[in-house]
Amino acid sequence: MNKIGDIWVYLATSPLVWLTLTLAAYLAGQWLFRRSGGRALFNPVALAIALLVPLLLLTGTPYATYFSGAQFIHFLLGPATVALAIPLYLHWDRVRRLFLPILMGLLTGSLTAIVSAMGAAWLLGGSPRTLLSLAPKSVTTPVAMGIAEKIGGLPSLTAVMVILTGVLGAVAAPALLRALRIGDDAIKGFAIGVAAHGIGTARAFQISSLAGAFAGLAIGLNALLTALLTPLIASLLPFHAVP
Amino acid sequence: MIGALAILLGLQLVGEVAVRWSGAPLPGPVVGMVLLFLALRWRQALPDTLRTTAETLLSHLSLLFVPAGVGIMQYGALLAEEWLAVAAALVLSTLITVAVTALAMQAVIRHWPGAHRHE
Repeated sequence: MNKIGDIWVYLATSPLVWLTLTLAAYLAGQWLFRRSGGRALFNPVALAIALLVPLLLLTGTPYATYFSGAQFIHFLLGPATVALAIPLYLHWDRVRRLFLPILMGLLTGSLTAIVSAMGAAWLLGGSPRTLLSLAPKSVTTPVAMGIAEKIGGLPSLTAVMVILTGVLGAVAAPALLRALRIGDDAIKGFAIGVAAHGIGTARAFQISSLAGAFAGLAIGLNALLTALLTPLIASLLPFHAVP
Repeated sequence: MIGALAILLGLQLVGEVAVRWSGAPLPGPVVGMVLLFLALRWRQALPDTLRTTAETLLSHLSLLFVPAGVGIMQYGALLAEEWLAVAAALVLSTLITVAVTALAMQAVIRHWPGAHRHE
């Protein structure tokens, strides 16, 4: 009996357990996604989170302990963002031909993402801190956290909003685009990427490699534009959270 | 594969240093992405190892968001209090953003046929 306790004491301080369980939860999420016949509602990221959170709560493990193991996965977001240059390079001819539509889609989409999130939360009585944490929710995690910090939101809360946005976009965007009769994979991918960053991009790669490339392009461009726009919009608000 | 990882991490490093040096409001990895793109365009070639490493990384992109997403466990109280505002903001804003972006692009393509040059 004591041995199990000793082993747990060792494991609880080592990054090994939560790193392994994160991979296992994701594999389980992917398995369920495939078993469901690829239904968008069975999003692997959402399923993995839904498996891990109860496990952490049951074992009384604080998020910081979990993250000290899972950070090795989180860290790969950086090199993965750099790697988005490759689909962009492979589809560059198409991107160049669509320069003007991309520019217009980016400007309107980026502004819509920021203003509509803050506006809806404000109308429904969200606190200033929540509004400021929601503003950069459509851009990829590390960038969104940096923006939130700058304008007085809570970076770790923003990270959660970013993930939820990504899952929502991955689940709902393909059906919405079908309803809007958008047939072009380039447009589909770009719209998913602007609204739902990397999780949306993972979904776009399932539509086609072209859709994935345009979603990847959208992640980069929207990260740049949102980093510029959000502080401007936040400075126009009638309130300011204390940084 | 190690060489390819070194390139990706190296360019992220250059991006992070450049951003901190210049004080530009840009994320370091995005600068790294631009640098890698420019290098590929300049060389006009994509090494196979770089391509396979990048494709492996990108095919599991959604896994990389799991650790940050688990952070939701810290915000039970806040979400219980403001769940309606947060849920409405996320759902409405995400759907509206997808629709506005897609319709804006399609409108430009329809009304400026020159914007969509066919080969």
